[in-house]
Amino acid sequence: MSSKFQIGIFVVLLVALGLGLTIYKAAYLGFPLTPGEKQKIWAVEATIDFVADGDKPVKVSLSLPDIQDNYAMIDESSASPDYGASMAIIDGTRYAEWARREASGPQKLYYKLKFYYDSKIESDYNIYEKPTEKIKPYEFKGSKKLAAESLIKIVKERSADDVSFTSSLISLFNSDDPFQNVKMLLGERASFQTKIEMVTRILSLEEIPFQIIKGLYLKDGKRKQNLTSLLEVYDGKKWILFDVTTGRIDMPDNFVIWQRGGDSLFEVRGGHSSKIKFSVVENYVPAKQIAVLDRDATLLNFSLYILPSSEQNAFKSLLLIPIGALVVVFMRILVGLKTSGTFMPILIAVAFTQTKLLTGLIMFIVVVAIGLVIRSYLSRLNLLLVARISAVIIVVIGIMSTITILSYKLGLYNILSITFFPMIILSWTIERMSILWEEEGAKEVLLQGSGSLIVAVIAYLAMTNDLIQHITFNFPELYFVVLAIIIALGKYTGYRLFELRRFKSFTEED
Amino acid sequence: MFKIVRKLSAKGIIGMNQRNIGYIGKYNSRKLYPLVDDKLKTKIIAEDAGITVPKLLGTIVYQFQNNERYLKKIIGNLSGFVIKPSKGSGGKGILVITRREGDIFFRPSGQPASFQDVIRHVSNTLSGLYSLGGKPDVAMVEALVEFDPVFDRYSFEGVPDIRMIVFKGYPVMGMLRCSTRASDGKANLHQGAVGVGLDIGTGTALNAVQFDKPIESHPDTKHNFKELAVPHWKTLLPLSASCYEITNLGYLGVDIVLDKKIGPMILELNARPGLAIQIANNCGLLPRLKKIEGMSNTKLSVEQRIEYAIREFSAG
Repeated sequence: MSSKFQIGIFVVLLVALGLGLTIYKAAYLGFPLTPGEKQKIWAVEATIDFVADGDKPVKVSLSLPDIQDNYAMIDESSASPDYGASMAIIDGTRYAEWARREASGPQKLYYKLKFYYDSKIESDYNIYEKPTEKIKPYEFKGSKKLAAESLIKIVKERSADDVSFTSSLISLFNSDDPFQNVKMLLGERASFQTKIEMVTRILSLEEIPFQIIKGLYLKDGKRKQNLTSLLEVYDGKKWILFDVTTGRIDMPDNFVIWQRGGDSLFEVRGGHSSKIKFSVVENYVPAKQIAVLDRDATLLNFSLYILPSSEQNAFKSLLLIPIGALVVVFMRILVGLKTSGTFMPILIAVAFTQTKLLTGLIMFIVVVAIGLVIRSYLSRLNLLLVARISAVIIVVIGIMSTITILSYKLGLYNILSITFFPMIILSWTIERMSILWEEEGAKEVLLQGSGSLIVAVIAYLAMTNDLIQHITFNFPELYFVVLAIIIALGKYTGYRLFELRRFKSFTEED
Repeated sequence: MFKIVRKLSAKGIIGMNQRNIGYIGKYNSRKLYPLVDDKLKTKIIAEDAGITVPKLLGTIVYQFQNNERYLKKIIGNLSGFVIKPSKGSGGKGILVITRREGDIFFRPSGQPASFQDVIRHVSNTLSGLYSLGGKPDVAMVEALVEFDPVFDRYSFEGVPDIRMIVFKGYPVMGMLRCSTRASDGKANLHQGAVGVGLDIGTGTALNAVQFDKPIESHPDTKHNFKELAVPHWKTLLPLSASCYEITNLGYLGVDIVLDKKIGPMILELNARPGLAIQIANNCGLLPRLKKIEGMSNTKLSVEQRIEYAIREFSAG
């Protein structure tokens, strides 16, 4: 009784632990419970092109975006071939820096960053912050000076303060039928760049505090674009945003700010003809990746995600084994299916995950059948056990390579995955089945063989299920629950499903 | 389905899971297993305790002993003997020689075997061909049991044996296992041997099954099982019950054969006896096991235990 009680407590504790951790991860860390939930991610790549001067150390720095409102940044990388890359924070601004002792010819550097939308994120930028630097008036020359001055006069008449001044200035610059003075300042074909230049120059004449914000519109498929500039004007209390082509605006939803203020975006020392281009690619990623990359929870610092991806993949299949074990426990304790070797079906199921089910089944049956024939000859040779098993292993390898070569010649390439079958297990299966054949007859071999295959197929189906794969990898703590189930089943004293048929004579008579 | 489950548990039928957890796991200490899994050890402790077993003629432990000279020393001029793997299971690897003409031996089927054949069989045994898990083994040479012909009418080729379930020293259920053509002369129920449930009090047949289904008479010899009664029943009961004392295994299967001259002898002990005996007896084990589990006096002599078993478990 006490052992039953202990097991009861143990099982309850394990279930509570497993489910508790799972709920914590799902509810507080945002791990999705299903693999289906995907989130949009924008991958932004900045490419700096320049020509190195040669014989000189090259040093490049690029100012990087700060924390944004509504956008989370993840997965930043500045690795570029041949360059040492590092990150630095200077005066509160983040920089990516690349250095190389010697370089010549055209050079390319990359900086990659991913954004995803998250309304919970707020930047620490304070729009009430006072401007720090005093604006120096731009000095127009000649006729442009007159044009600017007369324009200011007109705008002043139409405005009451700095903000309305900026608004009407921008509307003048964008009017369909612009004043002569505007045409004069912007030239015949006004580019965005000249527009923003002229607007800021005129603002500087009036000593209106302003700053340029450079950023990107997150839109899929934008390649080789420049940063878009927006204008901010301080109205004495806070900064007001303007687009020099449309006027006063609110911060656009899909705009991420790369740089605030007028410092240069990037700087190349030891090179010339430098330019920077940006591209934006939108893609959908399982939401769990974001949850993982994003959170700072201690739990995650000791999770499988900290492993390199090749090890993660190894664990992905390793973590499926308990599911296979659970299937075996179910089939044997509750159903009463006979298998050849307790856990052989799991290993076969693992092999099936590599070979795909149908090819795997066919190959398994073919290898075991040929193996049994050859083994029956070996048994006539009357060898010692270890020598015989070793001979069977070699025979199995022979069969596997023959099948592989033949099927390759026939163009059946998926047979090549046969190497995933664990040959030691196959050899033992052949050995065991062969003994079974001699002692109990072919019927028992078929019974146990098909039992093993049924369990293997069920285990395979469970192990390849998307949801189960997702859950086993992302919520490994659910293994406490699996463990609890297996322990509880270990104390199951009820009938097996097949026993109901076996003891049929007791239920029929009356 | 639940109806079937209810019906079975109402009859006290034990399933594999319950047997494993409730009886084997509970009453058979793991460390005692080697005693019964190794037939040589079983035989030695049985002989020490004065329990009747087939006489051990000798053992072959090493390959270098496995030669004609050594074998001759063991078997002397006996015309019949049995070679068994000490750790064999399920009757594997048993070589029975019933007749001998000089250096030619004959199996019960009449198939001849030379010294070379016998040596090869021993060699296989030593290398673990017949043992559990393929472990190296020891070959035992035993005197041939001269089977009592009483069961000849109920057996095809092989020799029937009696399986007793002995729980904490009480014989709780017994059956006779008769080989058939379907079982290929073997006494294994799942291979098609007939199981005949025996009355604990008298040793008379209660019920017979083949392939888990009730039958009236032997499928090959056509003899009705109703007339069957096991002789020497009153010696057989204490013999099986006393196996508890020598093994300390609470849930024990005792395999007994009847020798023409000596009477019942213990052939083998089994720490994991099967459940088919319930079908053969058309009776669940659980009520009997529970009765014994519920007894307060646990230190009874073999005679007292048998008296109790006959009183409680006999149908008559």
